[in-house]
Amino acid sequence: MRPFDYVEIRVPAKPQYVGVARLTISGLASRIGFTYDDIEDLKIASSEAITNAVQHAYSEVDEGEVVIGCALYPDKIEIMVADHGKSFNFEETKAKVGPYNENQEVQFLREGGLGLYLIETLMDEVKVHHQEGVTVFMTKYVGEEQVEENVETISS
Amino acid sequence: MVKGFISGEIDAFTAPVLREKLATVQGKEGLQAELDMSDVSYMDSTGLGVIVAFFKNINANNGHVKLTGLSPRLKRLFDITGLGEIMDIETDDKGGN
Repeated sequence: MRPFDYVEIRVPAKPQYVGVARLTISGLASRIGFTYDDIEDLKIASSEAITNAVQHAYSEVDEGEVVIGCALYPDKIEIMVADHGKSFNFEETKAKVGPYNENQEVQFLREGGLGLYLIETLMDEVKVHHQEGVTVFMTKYVGEEQVEENVETISS
Repeated sequence: MVKGFISGEIDAFTAPVLREKLATVQGKEGLQAELDMSDVSYMDSTGLGVIVAFFKNINANNGHVKLTGLSPRLKRLFDITGLGEIMDIETDDKGGN
């Protein structure tokens, strides 16, 4: 048995489905126990990746699809977004994605604008893979430190 | 002085609608624009892109853009992208920190 639950979302490469995928991911993240703020971060990061994939798939194929694979662990979520519309063997594709090279990803950065920057800022790990389109692989851990951030010591 | 109210989710699907709406007031000399974002429940870089384009256009015409009612979440999005320092933003923060 694999150590995670796997959920794959496949949507037409159209902007109106970005929100649908975002809501689904939000639901999955709340199952694992992410905080409200972390879920909001996940929603933005995954939307950025999906929006980018929609724009890529859109221009290249008539009826493109975007595939979003989510691996749910007890302490983290891994999200893979591919713009080529093919289902992937999650583990196999995961092994192939490497840290990205800033020079190599200029096109992605430019097209995504602030997108990739936000993904990097809001997620714990990000990898980008260029083969048969673009695959973005990102991880977020269920954190423990948010509590401290919001708690203020009461002293008088 | 023009005041606009923005509500709902701003993403790849809805951002073009906002862009069109904002375009109707762009290009006027010295426009004082205020965008009330207190009912914005979600926004990502597509929304930021529209707001920045509007900001640039209004500034180029010697006007001013003010964003009001931002939730701490929304303000954070402007801050982490560096836009918080450039733009005139009023948050909806009910005290606290």
